[in-house]
Amino acid sequence: MEGTAVRGRLTWQVATVSQLIDETATVRTIDLQVPDWAGHRAGQHLDIRLTADDGYRAERSYSIASAPGEPVAITVERLDDGEVSPYLTEELRSGDELELRGPIGGYFIWDPARDTGPLLLVAGGSGIVPLRSILRHRERTGATTAARLLYSARSLPDVIYHEELDRYHHDHGVDVVYTLTRQQPPGWTGRTGRVNAAMLAEIAWPAGQDPLVFVCGPTSFVEAVAGALVGLGYPPGRVKTERFGATGAPGGP
Amino acid sequence: MDALDGNAIGGLLQEVFGTEMTAAVGTCAACGAAGPVAQTVVYLRAPGTVVRCRNCGSVLMVFVEVRGRNCVDLQGLASLGAG
Repeated sequence: MEGTAVRGRLTWQVATVSQLIDETATVRTIDLQVPDWAGHRAGQHLDIRLTADDGYRAERSYSIASAPGEPVAITVERLDDGEVSPYLTEELRSGDELELRGPIGGYFIWDPARDTGPLLLVAGGSGIVPLRSILRHRERTGATTAARLLYSARSLPDVIYHEELDRYHHDHGVDVVYTLTRQQPPGWTGRTGRVNAAMLAEIAWPAGQDPLVFVCGPTSFVEAVAGALVGLGYPPGRVKTERFGATGAPGGP
Repeated sequence: MDALDGNAIGGLLQEVFGTEMTAAVGTCAACGAAGPVAQTVVYLRAPGTVVRCRNCGSVLMVFVEVRGRNCVDLQGLASLGAG
């Protein structure tokens, strides 16, 4: 059975880092070569396992940043008190090996063949990562699904995939709205402050259009957004949520 | 630490059940609320992994790894299956 993967079973395998891309001062994208990758869907994640010399192991989940059909990539935010993210964002080099398993998840997934309603994507911080996979998938498949992204970041330099998201806005019919919660550049005319019910009432599709929502970010962010959307008449079943820890990647620091 | 949700244990559930489970529907034995496993409340280091009902907070599932084996307690679930 060596070299084959039993369908449905998750097996740890060794991937090789092919490229590292600095996205912001604290966030890095890691492109991976995975020999036995079954292919992933937009919104899925994978588990990374690090083993120390003394045998101690730490495991974390990371959303897949690339679109289905593209090589696997993850985007990792460095957490100063983290066990795993400082290694991934600072120590890891191109050509290094990483142990991973995936793809994982069947709920927080966008499938353009199945999900035809207008898309509302709401990201808090690095919660943008699985939503970027969704937007890339939409672009690559030529899906005409209407899409809006509301992305809450601390400041403009903290916006991950900024150029790419602006390109979706200008060339691919995605309404991209940033709200900057802590610091705005001089002359900023965009939105400021945390996402709240009033902001969502302006930006979200009317509930009558049967929109499908993906919300990803820190737990408190996700609960506030999901609660406000249900308050606007969105059926809870149309609001798909994925929670990170207080900061950073799913699974916490 | 903050509570996460069932998405965070997709890998663990797939290891235990042999198939994707985050989209499966679980029904709470205490309050009867039913919903996708992805929407449960998850504490990763309780110690062990504790999964609670988002509606009433009752414990639905507990996973503890002992010497490389997963010990699984599903007594808080009335049912668990395809949505």
